[in-house]
Amino acid sequence: MVNTPRSNGKTLFEKIFDRHVIVARESGDALLFIDRQLIHDLHYRSFDELQAAGQTIRYPDQLFATPDHSVPTTAKKLTDIPQGEMHDTIAGLQRAADRIGFTHFDMTDPRHGIVHVVGPEQGITLPGLTLVCGDSHTSTHGALGCLSFGIGSTEVKHVLATQTLWQRKPRNMRITVDGTLGPGLSAKDIILAIIRHIGAAGGTGYAIEYAGSAIRQLSIEGRMTISNMTIEAGARFGIIAPDDKTLEYVYGRPHAPTGEKWEEAMAYWRTLPSDDTAVFAKEININAAAIEPTVTWGNSPQFCVGISDVVPDPTSETDLSIRANMESALTYMDLLPGTPINKIEIDRVFIGSCTNSRIEDLRQAAEVFKGRCVVVPTLVVPGSGLVKSEAEREGLDRIFIDAGAQWREPGCSMCVAINGDVLLPGQRCASTSNRNFQGRQGMGSRTHLVSPAMAAAAAVTGRFTDSRQLSS
Amino acid sequence: MQPFLRFSAVAVPIDIPNCDTDQIIPARFLRRAKDDPAYARFLLHDLRFHADDTETGFIFNQIPYSDAQILVCDINWGCGSSREAAVNALMANHIRALIAPTFGDIHYSNCIKNGLLPVRLSAANCNHIRIQLHESPGATIAIDLEEQVVSGPNQKSYNFDIDSLDKIRLLNGLDDISMTLEHQTAIEAFEQDYRKNNRWIF
Repeated sequence: MVNTPRSNGKTLFEKIFDRHVIVARESGDALLFIDRQLIHDLHYRSFDELQAAGQTIRYPDQLFATPDHSVPTTAKKLTDIPQGEMHDTIAGLQRAADRIGFTHFDMTDPRHGIVHVVGPEQGITLPGLTLVCGDSHTSTHGALGCLSFGIGSTEVKHVLATQTLWQRKPRNMRITVDGTLGPGLSAKDIILAIIRHIGAAGGTGYAIEYAGSAIRQLSIEGRMTISNMTIEAGARFGIIAPDDKTLEYVYGRPHAPTGEKWEEAMAYWRTLPSDDTAVFAKEININAAAIEPTVTWGNSPQFCVGISDVVPDPTSETDLSIRANMESALTYMDLLPGTPINKIEIDRVFIGSCTNSRIEDLRQAAEVFKGRCVVVPTLVVPGSGLVKSEAEREGLDRIFIDAGAQWREPGCSMCVAINGDVLLPGQRCASTSNRNFQGRQGMGSRTHLVSPAMAAAAAVTGRFTDSRQLSS
Repeated sequence: MQPFLRFSAVAVPIDIPNCDTDQIIPARFLRRAKDDPAYARFLLHDLRFHADDTETGFIFNQIPYSDAQILVCDINWGCGSSREAAVNALMANHIRALIAPTFGDIHYSNCIKNGLLPVRLSAANCNHIRIQLHESPGATIAIDLEEQVVSGPNQKSYNFDIDSLDKIRLLNGLDDISMTLEHQTAIEAFEQDYRKNNRWIF
């Protein structure tokens, strides 16, 4: 369905967008008010650049920072990090926080972690807000009904200086996932199936709203995994209407409103779900019951198949450019067409990242690890200090350590691989992260994206294995 | 920001669909300052250089393509990470325009904010131009932003669409903060109402 005539109804996305418009231009561009900004270590230079330009931070109280990209997962504090780029970057963010006075969860703070895990955890992320961060996975926060999106560093500075941003209203796409997800499957399998279906550029120019019974049934954490990888389908926004689960999740968090203000917020949040008469420029339907545990085989997240499937044959692809893309991916990944996915052996396992490092993810991995031993080096990195302490309270750390996996300090770690956690050239990794791009986990690294349960199953068998066969 | 009016330069075909920003600049360079003298080398680094730093046969290393200031790309150029360093690396190599069927949304916006022109042409036209550039190394492409026309290597012209505000930004080399500050009165009026009506946020 494309370009059905407009009605009076509004989508969830439009309701939040319209509420934040300061100036609307005929061209369709709008100057939006931005409620909150999250900052991570790689943007520390922005503060010095603004100061040099004589500009000040307009809303320091709505700015929240935590170092994540450059944090070594073996370090507990800044002084544990040797002098060099990582140290300078984290120290740079600390300096800015000290000078300007915005909230900064430093490495020693129990609330420290990956910015997209910390935001929702602290109630910084709330339904109905506009929230930005200089990181493409800011789409994560859409899971709470928040209009959140990733921006570049020029835009980061623009928001710091003005608390506004120029945006063109994107078209709306609704992806409805109905049906019941099979046992042992997770949100990661759903989002990989969606990206496979619409393609890595399928969402370009759109804001995606996820709907349907399978989305409703997911926990808020599972929904975050879905929204997180929206950018892998090309869309910057992946939003889910707030419901009772959302309100229950948000209630009582440190930065969430309380008392009368909570009632005011809730009155607004209840109005947010898309109207029945709202029109989406594009509608996609996915059947959750047909989804298998999914594994990527190429260098784009769209290149994925079910665990019972085989590596596809590029000659069956009619689009010549995509065929060449598949061929180059198979060469890079050192795979042959027709190879059963469950025959692919791996060298390393990474469980973590803003996609899959929340407590629910760790529980799913632990379920598989329980009573088993890893046969390849395995890194488990919690998304935040609070996730870490909760996992330790539940005894999950013992399960990981007893299985022979490494249990580390929170951070982005081997998803972006600039903190010292890195694959060697040619190594093949089962990873719960979000990008299987060439070199993403280190020069020459070969990444296969999977769910936490599938990563754990690969860790204990040394190859891709249907995790449903191993669940205890 | 340097205004973009008319521009003509050698163009290089980059035949990589879904070329993500991790390819355009690997993450390990993201902590470098953009005025780092080595910055130009970071562009497409792992495609252009072996692990021992010697050059690969990648097309951008080959004369006369190495002089290119326009890239003609495949679908979904610049998808993935929001890193503006990808634009910085292009600009460090004096690249002034990109032509592709589709761009990653964040990368597209980052280009506009830095005065680098992203041109969307159909996949068929991009393919056609890339083939011509392979056949005629060193061929030039001319772009007239005012007229919204690309003149390909064989003088064939292609019209392109661009958002009117983005066009004004590029033609005049406007940066966003100065454009925004023109609306200071509207911003302050909005803030006053908004803060009053949304006490739960502040």
